[in-house]
Amino acid sequence: MSIWEYANPVKFMRSSGAILPWVVAGAAVCTIGGVLWGFLTPQDYKQGATVKIVFLHVPAAMMAINIWVMMLVTSLIWLIRRHHVSALAAKAAAPIGAVMTLIALMTGAIWGQPMWGSWWEWDPRLTSFLILFLFYIGYIALWAAVEDPDSAADLTGVLCLVGSVFALLSRYAVLFWNQGLHQGASLSVAPGERMSAVYRYPLYLSMLGFLLLFLALVLIRTRTEIRKRRLVALQAREARA
Amino acid sequence: MLALLKRDLVLATRAGGGFGLAVAFFLILCALVPFGVGPQTEALRPIAPGILWVGALLSCLLSLDRIFALDHEDGSLDLLATAPLPLEGVVAIKALAHWLTTSLPLIVAAPVFGLLLHLPGNAVPWLVVSLFIGTPALSVLGAFGAAITVGLRRGGLLLSLLVLPLYIPTLIFGTEIVRRGAQDADPVTPILFLGGISAAVVALVPFAAAAALRVNLR
Repeated sequence: MSIWEYANPVKFMRSSGAILPWVVAGAAVCTIGGVLWGFLTPQDYKQGATVKIVFLHVPAAMMAINIWVMMLVTSLIWLIRRHHVSALAAKAAAPIGAVMTLIALMTGAIWGQPMWGSWWEWDPRLTSFLILFLFYIGYIALWAAVEDPDSAADLTGVLCLVGSVFALLSRYAVLFWNQGLHQGASLSVAPGERMSAVYRYPLYLSMLGFLLLFLALVLIRTRTEIRKRRLVALQAREARA
Repeated sequence: MLALLKRDLVLATRAGGGFGLAVAFFLILCALVPFGVGPQTEALRPIAPGILWVGALLSCLLSLDRIFALDHEDGSLDLLATAPLPLEGVVAIKALAHWLTTSLPLIVAAPVFGLLLHLPGNAVPWLVVSLFIGTPALSVLGAFGAAITVGLRRGGLLLSLLVLPLYIPTLIFGTEIVRRGAQDADPVTPILFLGGISAAVVALVPFAAAAALRVNLR
């Protein structure tokens, strides 16, 4: 029994169908619980009520990066071992990642307006997220533009590889470009370093919730993609008959 | 390889307009900026390095879809793929031809356009140096984008969407060199970074582009 057996679509459908309700339930409990608990925390002495947006902002930002890493891994698996579920999972994950990036950018802007006095700063961290968002858009657009599904999976896989290198490169290039105005430290939430336990535990719960939420969404979307594939195959068979 | 390079150069010069088009676009762009931000020297001087680099980048983008599209249409790309020359080599030569026909004229013209934007005189050599180091990366990355979108209808718009984010590091270090040159600061660090990026891109990206071409020719 190796992990590769789950690359078999039938097996994947069966096992993912079995765990999906649990993941959805866990995601609902943790996300709603984490955000609500975060909302009920006392106001910060310096930032007031605006601190509460952190329970949306930080998990979304975390997922925005991790989803791209997951897409990189699944693209590599597709390019090396050609497991279709892997490519479809990458395709399914991309829009979720784009939305997570957008949530992070927008909550950041809403938080930044009262804190920094501006909706947008060309801060390295903000800028690299904007670039990440552009990469997501390009990736999704390429999936949509190529008709043959296998070619699309190949091309987006190659794009994901090159894009990962350049996303990383841009991250550090942007640091170089605008080091003087660096404000990133005010966003840092390294656990145990700056935050008291009052905020830390709801944040952990919320992060777990976002992780499960992503897992639930990506499972649902991957299952939809597989069903779509089957539909196309069935229609093709029908047309031949 | 030389024969292919020669063929591409001849095609580019004879195709009418392809050769000088990028420079003309660059000129128009540089002429539009003062209308947008106002013609005052003190307004133009600080943004000139950035405008010149963005202009060079956009002019470079303009001719990217020509790298493979024409050869794909008339089938000569299939012949090239079956030729003894490895596809990575084809990509490299095509990118080189693109660089010679598009970027080299841009580099020659850039100091003149710098005058239009009141670029400080001490920054002009650095502008040429930075373009000289950075544009090979632009051409090769563009060839990668062109290879990905070669079989697509309306690939041009998608091409710019895919390629422009990849241009960001090159743009950052390129303008940094010119900006530091204008302020008489030490531009060695960004030059080394830009050189590193260019060298890595020229060495590695043709493999990715060739892989994309193989998928599209399948």
